[in-house]
Amino acid sequence: MLVMAAKARVLGTLFRASLLLTLPIAISVVLVSVFTRAGTTVLFQVGPFDATLEGVDFAAQTLARLFAISASIGLFVLVTEPRAFVFDLERRGVPPRLAFIAVATIEAVPTLIDRATVIGESQRARGLDTEGSLRARLRGLLPMVGPVIIGSLTDVEERSLALESRAFSRPGRRHLLWSMPDTTWERVLRWGLLLGLITLVVLRFTGRV
Amino acid sequence: MLRLAGVGYRYAGYAKPVLSDIDLTLADGEIVGVVGANEAGKSTLCLVASGLAPGSIGGALTGGGFSIDGESMAGKPLHEFSTRVGIGFQNPATQLSGVTGSVFEEVALGPMNLGLHRRDTVERVRAALATLGIEDLAEREPRRLSGGQGQLVVIASLLAMRPSHLVLDEPTAQLDPEGTRLVGEALRALAKTGAALLIAEHKTDLLDGLCSRVVVLDRGRIVADGPTGAVLDDPALVERGVDPPSRVRLARALREARLDPGLVA
Repeated sequence: MLVMAAKARVLGTLFRASLLLTLPIAISVVLVSVFTRAGTTVLFQVGPFDATLEGVDFAAQTLARLFAISASIGLFVLVTEPRAFVFDLERRGVPPRLAFIAVATIEAVPTLIDRATVIGESQRARGLDTEGSLRARLRGLLPMVGPVIIGSLTDVEERSLALESRAFSRPGRRHLLWSMPDTTWERVLRWGLLLGLITLVVLRFTGRV
Repeated sequence: MLRLAGVGYRYAGYAKPVLSDIDLTLADGEIVGVVGANEAGKSTLCLVASGLAPGSIGGALTGGGFSIDGESMAGKPLHEFSTRVGIGFQNPATQLSGVTGSVFEEVALGPMNLGLHRRDTVERVRAALATLGIEDLAEREPRRLSGGQGQLVVIASLLAMRPSHLVLDEPTAQLDPEGTRLVGEALRALAKTGAALLIAEHKTDLLDGLCSRVVVLDRGRIVADGPTGAVLDDPALVERGVDPPSRVRLARALREARLDPGLVA
């Protein structure tokens, strides 16, 4: 995975993003595992708590798993354009409506942020205090929620009408203009990884790993 | 030919119809303008004429009949309307699909939905972009277009469906003067290709030079229907909440100043 990230020139970004994502949970995992895990090898003591080697070992394993999960999700997000992913899903037989809902959901996030920013700025221009204490921020947030949600729903309705007028609901297969590049080595790697995963799962369940 | 004969329509949950006794014919190659105050029913008329009301948004027709080329459209699935009537709305941003990376792909989305072969889709997209003179936008990202350019791409997307009729609901409402000019020129180019257009607009200047006929809506009913010049020159238009075109306003101002209104021409 790290080799792929390096090849895609996103290793640094991936590392930072994964660290940020896992840091809060990693801290609690380390504290809980190292100091509360029962073990025979005590490394040091903090007050009534013993830091054990077994706890460190367990924390290291858990952190490695956490990092692997967040890094794989991060790598996917960093190197995959949402629309390319969705159109490829459709090429593989996923219904267009489902594919569209998936990409629209992903694409809705920046749109919602943009809308919230515009509404927030216009509310502030009319004297609404949206900065300062947590209470002030919450008070400023409430008047934004309605316009953001209602505006988004109106947009969705108009977009769905516009799509209907472009035969979006027509049943039947579409001939897509574009396709994802899929080289032989990519296919080999994909199948290899899948076989490796299955092998690991089988070995794990049979107690050989 | 698109024909609404005595059509009424009410939204779901409302007892009172928004449109009543609408008699409207859009002949092949004809360009008809629809004017009226806010809440007069212009947008609803556009939705009904495109089959989206009640087909997609619900509600019910309260009478009359809707036919295209003599064939009743009652009960037809929505995708059957899409090759016969295209509809464009005010805001280009909400009409772009948001799932395409270029204008070419955006315009291709409709033909692809029709299940056309790639070759035919590409041919339609190229023709639609050429009709509106926006071939240079083909590789641009749809989200990075100006309002006017976005609206042109929306119209191109509709054209690529090759509908025999186009319904446009205030296509220049959210555009600046430059955007309005771009869309106005595109509609004139479209008119020359023989497309039948129904355009609901507040900007009567746009309709004045474009339409052969104008319909006035007031509280859901057609109160005037006639040649563009006659309808837009009617002094009663202002009472209906519609601003006459600048040509008419200027002529009236000249008359009031006891100057020759012929100066306007």
